[in-house]
Amino acid sequence: MTFWNDPINFIGQWLQGLLIQWGVAPGVAQVIVLVLGAAILGVVGLVWVIFLIWYERKIIGRLQDRLGPNRVGPFGVFQAIADMLKIFTKEYITPDGADKVPYNLAPVLAVGGVLMMWGVVPFASRIIGADIGVAVLFVVAAGAIGELGILFAGWGSNNKYALLGAFRSVAQLISYEIPMVITLLIPVMFSGSLSLQTIVQQQTIWYALLAPIPALIFLITQIAEVGRAPFDLIEAESEIVAGFNIEYSGLKFGMFFVGEFLHAFTAALLFAVLFLGGWRGPFAEQIPFLGFIYLWIKTFLIYFLTVLIRGTVPRYRIDQMMDINWKLLTPLSLVMVLVTAVVFNLVKPVGSPWVTLAALLAANAVMGVITMQFLRGAARSRRRPMVAPSTIVVARPEPQNTQSNPE
Amino acid sequence: MTLSQVFFLAVAAITLFAAVMVVSTRRIMHAALWLVLSLFGVAVLFALLQSGFFAVVQVVVYIGAIAILIIFAVMLTRQVMLDVGPQLNRGWWIPAVLVAGLYAALVGVLSTWSQFQAQAGPLAPEANDLSRFGQALVDLNAYVIPFEIASVLLLGALIGSIFVASERKG
Amino acid sequence: MDWIYIGVFMVVATALPAAAITIAGLLAPKKPNKIKNSTYECGIETVGESWVQFKAQYYIFGLIFLIFDVETVLLFPWAAAYNQLTLFGIIEAVIFILILLAGLFYAWRKGELEWI
Repeated sequence: MTFWNDPINFIGQWLQGLLIQWGVAPGVAQVIVLVLGAAILGVVGLVWVIFLIWYERKIIGRLQDRLGPNRVGPFGVFQAIADMLKIFTKEYITPDGADKVPYNLAPVLAVGGVLMMWGVVPFASRIIGADIGVAVLFVVAAGAIGELGILFAGWGSNNKYALLGAFRSVAQLISYEIPMVITLLIPVMFSGSLSLQTIVQQQTIWYALLAPIPALIFLITQIAEVGRAPFDLIEAESEIVAGFNIEYSGLKFGMFFVGEFLHAFTAALLFAVLFLGGWRGPFAEQIPFLGFIYLWIKTFLIYFLTVLIRGTVPRYRIDQMMDINWKLLTPLSLVMVLVTAVVFNLVKPVGSPWVTLAALLAANAVMGVITMQFLRGAARSRRRPMVAPSTIVVARPEPQNTQSNPE
Repeated sequence: MTLSQVFFLAVAAITLFAAVMVVSTRRIMHAALWLVLSLFGVAVLFALLQSGFFAVVQVVVYIGAIAILIIFAVMLTRQVMLDVGPQLNRGWWIPAVLVAGLYAALVGVLSTWSQFQAQAGPLAPEANDLSRFGQALVDLNAYVIPFEIASVLLLGALIGSIFVASERKG
Repeated sequence: MDWIYIGVFMVVATALPAAAITIAGLLAPKKPNKIKNSTYECGIETVGESWVQFKAQYYIFGLIFLIFDVETVLLFPWAAAYNQLTLFGIIEAVIFILILLAGLFYAWRKGELEWI
């Protein structure tokens, strides 16, 4: 095991050796190295958000035909750091009657829930926090903790607008969690394991090619789970003021923002890992850093796509959002699981991956056509006028039969 | 006392304390919060038993769905932060004595089991293999009937909840 | 060993934002006054207690979500075992999903999926 082959273990062993040389007991040294590794991953995750904020502001600016931040540092790179320094010094204004524990716990849970996902994502063939066997469901569980944070925020603020905003936000999040979890069944089916590392290792063909419609559904639901446009009703300024974070100021408010940006990036990261082959690429097994770079490129492609969608598409109304979820995405994702399961099993005896790819693409195309027909029919029925316009022009109104005799 | 035993005792104590606080706290919203902590403690206990799948399922289903539903229901009542006074009535020591006696009796009966003091061996690696669990779920000689009946049960729950909720609405 | 890392990472993931918030709390000024601390109500004084009108629709969505969440969690072991299953095993899961799709369509037809 050299540094290039297996960087994390190499550094871990070296640190452990160093600590044992200094006289620390071996068990304690292992724990210290573990804690150090976890802390470094957490700090890297949080610091990375600063770059993401700058990246997004630049691109949104360009989409809106303006420059974006360009004063502080070259190309405005230090803008996010300046904003961070500013928000560190803002006062925490706690509203009267706020319940202290949920109010203060909410931003911590919102960021902590997302940061926890980074512990199971395989960054390279040998760089992963912990390869637990149930990483896919662990990601869903971490999302649930984030939702709990939003509920605590809305309730702990002692403000009816925050409560209403939190209700709508949690209703949106739990609704979109269903198609997300259902489409997560597809990579698990193909690779036979819930561990993200195994899913990446089994992707000789990218799962986005084997199952394009479920991949698209997963992307849409992840954008909705993060709360980004076009699903950002919960934080739009023209709706319910600012949603559940009305009564937050200073870094607590900043933490919600950090949580959202981190979640957006983590959503792109998960999509790249589950459907775009993760760190796979030429020579990625031998040189982990190369795998890391491949993963980062794929993630940035998807992240750029989500930022593009954010800057382009208008916002959905809450009832449109719920309709899309329960009437389109959930039945479609369930049917796609059925179709993929049956088709994949029928073509497996043939053995050739090209036949599998062709059969699954054909099945997806057929389902796509059927879905479009359904959508077209639904749109047509919505556009149809309720009452057919009358074609008879009446010269004189008919006498009213119900008029009583004025006697 | 190995480290894992100490950790287990700490987590179990926290879970039990949270459970007691659920029923004895004065404000109903705090009860919901303590419930979340207690459910999380159970998830940690599952992980200690090396059953990772059930630990995350506990968080996803119990905390992510049931606890959120309970908090919804609690928040939709009007007296969320009302301090309804102490929740323990005057005769609380009678059930406490009964419970302690029952616990002592249970421990006494269990300690006559020959394996009571034995150390649990390490879990066989294939016991945690989720694909074996999945195969058992659809195996004709194993759990396929409970699997299908579970879906019918869920359908019944769905229809029942819609019936109950819509009656209140309309 | 992996779960120990997850446990430690969970503690770190919650401690880092908490530490940042505490540091900012120390750096920031603290000048509470009555008007700043009052709750926000579009610029006017607050009216009534802070509770929300009972809207059954939130609860119904939560119930439907719970049912489908449990269904999907039951499907995960099947999906993990997919590669070793025969067509019969897959048909059983198809029946499982179809029963629950029927439930979803029942809810749809009953009008429970409308956000009113």
